[in-house]
Amino acid sequence: MTTLLNQLPIGLSIGAVLLLIALGLTFTFGQMGVINMAHGEFIMAGAYTAYLLQDWAGSQAVLVALPVAFAVAGALGWVLERTAIRHFYGRPLDTLLLTWGVSLVLQQAARDIFGAPNVQVVAPSWLTGRVEVLGGALPYARLFIMALALACVAGVWLYLDRSRQGRRMRAVVQNRELAAVSGVATGRVDQLTFFIGSGLAGVAGVALTLIGPVGPSLGTYYIVDAFLVVVAGGLGQLRGAVIAAVALGMLNSFAEFWTDASLAKVIVFAVVIGFLQVRPQGLFVLRSRALT
Amino acid sequence: MRKPFFRPLAVAALLPAALLTACGGESGDGANGGSGGNSGNTIKVGVLHSLSGTMAISEVTVKNSEMLAIEEINAKGGVLGKKLEAVTEDGASDWPTFAQKAQKLIKKDKVATVFGGWTSASRKAMLPVFERNKALLWYPVQYEGLESSPYIFYTGATTNQQIVPGLDYLKEKGKKKIYLVGSDYVFPRTANKIIKAYAKANGMEVLGEEYTPLGHTEYSTLVNKIGEAKPDAVFNTLNGDSNVAFFKQLKSAGFDAAKLPVMSVSIAEEEVKGIGVQNIAGQPVAWNYYQTTAGEQNAAFVKAFQAKHKGAVTSDPMEAGYNAVHLWAAAVTKAGSTDVEAVKKAAAGLSLDLPEGKVTIDGPTQHVHKTARIGVIQPDGLIKEVWSSKEPIKPDPYLKSYPWATGLS
Repeated sequence: MTTLLNQLPIGLSIGAVLLLIALGLTFTFGQMGVINMAHGEFIMAGAYTAYLLQDWAGSQAVLVALPVAFAVAGALGWVLERTAIRHFYGRPLDTLLLTWGVSLVLQQAARDIFGAPNVQVVAPSWLTGRVEVLGGALPYARLFIMALALACVAGVWLYLDRSRQGRRMRAVVQNRELAAVSGVATGRVDQLTFFIGSGLAGVAGVALTLIGPVGPSLGTYYIVDAFLVVVAGGLGQLRGAVIAAVALGMLNSFAEFWTDASLAKVIVFAVVIGFLQVRPQGLFVLRSRALT
Repeated sequence: MRKPFFRPLAVAALLPAALLTACGGESGDGANGGSGGNSGNTIKVGVLHSLSGTMAISEVTVKNSEMLAIEEINAKGGVLGKKLEAVTEDGASDWPTFAQKAQKLIKKDKVATVFGGWTSASRKAMLPVFERNKALLWYPVQYEGLESSPYIFYTGATTNQQIVPGLDYLKEKGKKKIYLVGSDYVFPRTANKIIKAYAKANGMEVLGEEYTPLGHTEYSTLVNKIGEAKPDAVFNTLNGDSNVAFFKQLKSAGFDAAKLPVMSVSIAEEEVKGIGVQNIAGQPVAWNYYQTTAGEQNAAFVKAFQAKHKGAVTSDPMEAGYNAVHLWAAAVTKAGSTDVEAVKKAAAGLSLDLPEGKVTIDGPTQHVHKTARIGVIQPDGLIKEVWSSKEPIKPDPYLKSYPWATGLS
């Protein structure tokens, strides 16, 4: 029974990882409708940023890397948006193929720059302990990821709901033409949206160095889960993403506890597919007067 | 009017998944053929490993050591007076791609032999291609045994040269209750069948058996299950990047080598670096070769490899790949031809002094006699031998000489 209870915090921590990797996508996919297959590689870029900063910041690299990775991955995303994606707006399938190609290029670039083997990011010593929760151990690294996910959600919410820029972003999502005639520079908003969305992927990448491998394939392990969360939560919906991430984390945790890892994946996919049959638009729907 | 946003479709989430799994297709055509490669002034040989994807972390290093062996042979004038010319292909961690590229190397490039593969899934995918074309594959990685193709030479360990010694070691240390963790494919599943048979016959208890998909990175639930079962030791057959996530999460949950020994059969010097030595120091591994293995041959091999790849480590599969090239070249020299049947005949009983010591090819099984070595991962990332079988063990892929293994194959 105690082990079963242990699955609760584990489910939460899986949910936190899912939320972190999906948060950036709620911007690029959710807000702008761009299926960005290179999102996983922006996560990878964040992880490698932490690796590179180790030379300079030593064991505190993970902390220092959070803002730096946001900037690095954000810049990568911005370049991608400016040079390629903006020419493909409104053509989702072309964008999908384009960004998939970009993701392969970025993976190979990482392989050429850093080598094929995984590299090591040493966690700060204050993240190596654990607390006893419900008779099981919850590592500090997991708590850190949960806190980071919460902080990111709070930041994103404040930005979207309370800032002038965030209001513009929402205006463009709801009705681009009307926003444009009202004086919102939609092109600039697109750039900023893509920058933030990609930057959040970079932050997720830094967090993932605490629990997973840091290598060229890193992004491929998380990209499908990230899309799953965003679609299940409803596009452009922050609260949808939060609830979907936690729900999928819990489902994953308990499904794996009662069956095994392979079957848990099948169960999660089956549940999401079934759910989307009932609610194709996801948990929450963005209400808009736009005539799209 | 241009519509900058498309109506989101529910299927959009499934598209990436479909794309990721849909790459690569089976090369279906069967054709007869023989051995080629021996034309002009060079002999072409194929080198087929995953240079991209989840297995690249391991396979690139084997490719590098095979290339080193090819260069060494060329520096000494080549084979039969001809230089070797390596044709490198990328299996991309995708089993159908391995079959496709093998077919391409045999039919289009007409290579004399192929050195390649790592996962058993890739070998199983290539096996029919080599048997159909009567071509030769040298497979350099320890594997689950229960196989002996006439067109494959296995220079890595079979089960009785790695897994069985690993179990003997755990038994010797008084570990009675074990937990099995592996990636979800043919090697771990077959290996665990053997481990369970061994455990039953040796008074050991298997408390659990868990598999995770290749590339799996979320191990907190599995660590929780292990914590609940309270085993004396874990036998780990995870492969690739999953090992990094597993050991990081195991360690952060408070399980270190002193509290819970994890015997691994797929973690060598190269993998230790990516996992982070602080997460895995003190854990036992079972192999046939370590960078620290004593002997002149090994000192020369390590020196030559590090001269080409600064700061690199040498590992068991790398050494087995290096051995494969030298064994093939010796067999070709002895046969006086690259003809597959002649090479096979010449290879039987062939013996060479290689980095791990004396290696002899067993004619009937086409496996090699290898010394088993249990090592412990050191704080500097290298592996120190703590136990060895002293003598090379005769390969027994079907475990015919082990009474407890009857009915496995």
